[in-house]
Amino acid sequence: MTMMKKLLTSAVASALMAGGAQAAISDNTVKIGYLADMSGTYRDLAGPNGLKAMEMAVADFGGRVNGAKIEIVSADDRNSADVASSTVRRWLENDGVDMVGGLVASSVTLAAVRLLEQNDKLGLVSGAAAASISNESCTPNHIHYVYDTYAFSVGTPTAMVKEGNKRWFILAADYAFGHALEADVTRVVEANGGEVVGSIRHPFPTSDFSSFILQAQSSGADVIALANAGSDTTNAITTAAEFGVTQAGQAIAGLVVFLSDIHALGPEVAQGLELTTGWYWDMNDETREWSDRFMAETGVRPTMIHAGVYSSTMQYLKAVEATGSDDAQTVRQQMIKTPINDMFASNGYIREDGRMVHDMYLTRVKTPEESANEWDLYEIVRTIPGDEAFRPLSESKCKLVN
Amino acid sequence: MTMIFGVPLAVLSGQLLIGIINGAFYALLSLGLAVIFGLLKIINFAHGAMYMLGAMGTVLMFDYLGVNYWVALFLAPLLVGTLGVAIEYFLLRRIAGQDHIYSLLLTFGVALIISGVLVNWFGVSGLRYSMPDMFKGGVNLGFMFLPYYRAWVIVAALLVCFATWFIIEKTKLGSYLRAGTEDSQLMQGFGINVPLLISLTYGFGVALAAFAGVLAAPIYSVTPVMGAATLITVFAVVVIGGMGSIGGAIITGILMGVIEGLTKTFYPPASSAVIFLVMVLVLMFRPSGLFGKEA
Amino acid sequence: MNQSVNPADIHKAIVEQQKIQDRKKLMVNGVLLLLLLAAPFVMYPVFLMKILCFALFAVAFNLLFGFTGLLSFGHAAFLATGGYTTGYLLSNVSGLTTELGIIAGTATATLLGLAFALLSIRRQGIYFAMVTLALAQLVFFFFVQSEFTGGEDGMHGIPRGELFGLINLEDNLNMYYFVLVVFIACYLLVQRIVSSPYGQILKAIKQNEPRAVSLGYNVDRYKILAFVISAALAGLAGSMKSVVFQLASLNDAHWHMSGEVILMTLVGGMGTLLGPVVGATFVVNIEYQLSQGPLRDWVDPILGGIFVLTVLAFRSGIVGAIETLVKRNFR
Repeated sequence: MTMMKKLLTSAVASALMAGGAQAAISDNTVKIGYLADMSGTYRDLAGPNGLKAMEMAVADFGGRVNGAKIEIVSADDRNSADVASSTVRRWLENDGVDMVGGLVASSVTLAAVRLLEQNDKLGLVSGAAAASISNESCTPNHIHYVYDTYAFSVGTPTAMVKEGNKRWFILAADYAFGHALEADVTRVVEANGGEVVGSIRHPFPTSDFSSFILQAQSSGADVIALANAGSDTTNAITTAAEFGVTQAGQAIAGLVVFLSDIHALGPEVAQGLELTTGWYWDMNDETREWSDRFMAETGVRPTMIHAGVYSSTMQYLKAVEATGSDDAQTVRQQMIKTPINDMFASNGYIREDGRMVHDMYLTRVKTPEESANEWDLYEIVRTIPGDEAFRPLSESKCKLVN
Repeated sequence: MTMIFGVPLAVLSGQLLIGIINGAFYALLSLGLAVIFGLLKIINFAHGAMYMLGAMGTVLMFDYLGVNYWVALFLAPLLVGTLGVAIEYFLLRRIAGQDHIYSLLLTFGVALIISGVLVNWFGVSGLRYSMPDMFKGGVNLGFMFLPYYRAWVIVAALLVCFATWFIIEKTKLGSYLRAGTEDSQLMQGFGINVPLLISLTYGFGVALAAFAGVLAAPIYSVTPVMGAATLITVFAVVVIGGMGSIGGAIITGILMGVIEGLTKTFYPPASSAVIFLVMVLVLMFRPSGLFGKEA
Repeated sequence: MNQSVNPADIHKAIVEQQKIQDRKKLMVNGVLLLLLLAAPFVMYPVFLMKILCFALFAVAFNLLFGFTGLLSFGHAAFLATGGYTTGYLLSNVSGLTTELGIIAGTATATLLGLAFALLSIRRQGIYFAMVTLALAQLVFFFFVQSEFTGGEDGMHGIPRGELFGLINLEDNLNMYYFVLVVFIACYLLVQRIVSSPYGQILKAIKQNEPRAVSLGYNVDRYKILAFVISAALAGLAGSMKSVVFQLASLNDAHWHMSGEVILMTLVGGMGTLLGPVVGATFVVNIEYQLSQGPLRDWVDPILGGIFVLTVLAFRSGIVGAIETLVKRNFR
């Protein structure tokens, strides 16, 4: 017992020493960790190219902030919460990492932000979609930068119902993520005067969607909404094209769709699909300029996550520069105070719950005739103002919001 | 409209047809596994990877060499089959005579290597492949819209299944094969090159998987990880049919496609679990599977 | 030839030999124990705990595979069941002390193990592997769809709580020594089982099941017991893992996890006591080191290569290879 007590006191003492607020940059180094899926399902959304985006941000910043060196460490989370948890713990407790970026799979992100809170370091979440990350599971130690399931399920359904597509059929992946999307879409469709005529929960993952598409076709719905992600979404879209869904007059709404998915499908299969995105490379000169540089490095056009990683890293470094500190709370407050105007967002701002609020875009996938090249894929139909796109603070369950 | 358990008859007929199409696909995949297990006693965990290679190969040969679908239909299985022969010759042969379990572990390792390397080269979001022009569109059957390509899948899969069954069970070559794997010394004595026969059989088995991969390329998302999920389901099909039973694998494949299709209609969330449920039930009452011989 | 040897002398010599061997073993074990006690001051405790949890998982698996000859391809189900049950109870039942949560998780995994065993035990060889795989897939689907597991998001923020309501496990060192004690107890238990008459019967079943049957043993009952013990220990590993990491996720239930424990056991040396421990340490380490380093995108192919290499060249695993080496050179 006495030994335990001794160990306990020493642990507490060291925790106190490490936790003391610092006005300056610790170890005279700003150490950033990039944690993402480098080899699994989410590899192409963020993965190794997200690390490139982060390196670009550091290089563009000049490699140093207030004289302190900026260092990047990176790891593959293997989409496993345990692997992520051991990596992040070691980064924070042993290796002096000040900020963790990337963070794609929701399970990985939820594990990481808890550790960030325990160690009072900062996390910039660019990939994870679960809306809970800036709602029930919010912490004073992270920022949710690019999108969430709420924003995805507001944009497309609102616009499509208003266009007169009243009857909806939802194809949802049968797990927490799909259920959340399904509930959000149902709410939005009904609030706008539409009706959900049917829904199917399909196993995750599913490779053959023909059965489900057939059921959706016979439901008489105007729109088939895909409340799933990744290969489930691309498989469903391929099958829908094969079964002539759009020719028969039904529209398809993708809820969580990335540029890499549409690139894999090609405009021939995906044409006409409506989806919501947080960013697109071909929006204006600034986005094009950055994307050209990114493509020169990686050989592909950036997804919204890649752009988000770049932008959030840049914002972070600017905040460190402005405050002269790498203390998580100091930097976070500075980031909340500073509006975001760069190639990623215009007049974006970070709320107290950690949600970065910026415009989202309703887009339609171009037809093969409209598409000028391999990456010319989206036509932006409408800009959804940030305050409409994200969950209002009045509905927040975040502990930081009173 | 006629209703069956609350589902319109038209919808149900559509689902049955879809079930048969998917079943033919399962049959093709499980057939290769059954050939390899039945004749060689190798548990081929690399089967999913070979299926994936067939599909990836089709896309890549088109992208880089302009090889069209019809050529790929022959070329991809041929190449993957050759790779199979090499795997048998350089790896599997070394553990011949050991417990079956080692073949499972070895091929599992091979599958990890193949898919891991391809993930690094080509990513995971999938490769673009368009439907051959002649298959675009479909026919309205009244109860459903049947894409021409699905009709082709069922024809091609069943033809190949039947041909394989015929070769192995009804021809002289097949009888050499069956005899050679049962008593290799005797067959060696008759002047038959049994090791070569074994290599070729393994190559043929994985070529069947690659053929299924080519069929899949235009309709499923083609990624280096597409084989992993399919593999486990197909294994279940083979076990239900009775490991090693050629005809059993074909019939069970179609049967499972239909059962899965019906589950997708009546209770979709269970549709990927249902095959495993059937497998547990079958093995409880018939330990060697529906068509297997009692071991 | 005609030298008469006193049987008593032989006996004495054997006993003497045995004593030397025992002393050697004791020394090796003592050194290992000291290393384990000192380890958290040198290495990162949470990482060590991860190794211990997986080592326990592999030891549990090896009891079935290495000593009884039954290849279960569904052990992930027990790991996950232990983890989710403990995690759910500790998060939702207020006032529950940690050890009770762990016991409950282990008990649930044990019951599941019994169910698996009853359904699968009459199947042989590869059929046994396939039935366990199918059952584990059903368990996986259950966890994916259940709300309480959090599906893909996983279960997070499981409180470590206090052991017996007294010792604060939030402290990494306290937690480490708790995990170490449990691990050593389980290791000794397995050692005891293997060397007991019951363990001898298991080995006899592994070598030649029909012979064991003809000797009048109720083989099924022995196999079921071995399966249930193995499932219980695997569940315990899962329970502890969920407390250590304060999370439980679907990765633990996925069939890849069942494959990974086979890899650990095989690499370390199946059918040896220390093998799975060495194998787990090796695999967890290599996976961690690779995922940090320049080869970070190549973990899967490298693990695959290790699989292939082990099966082709080192079927007796690391421990087996060392034993052979020692026998060849020091005897």
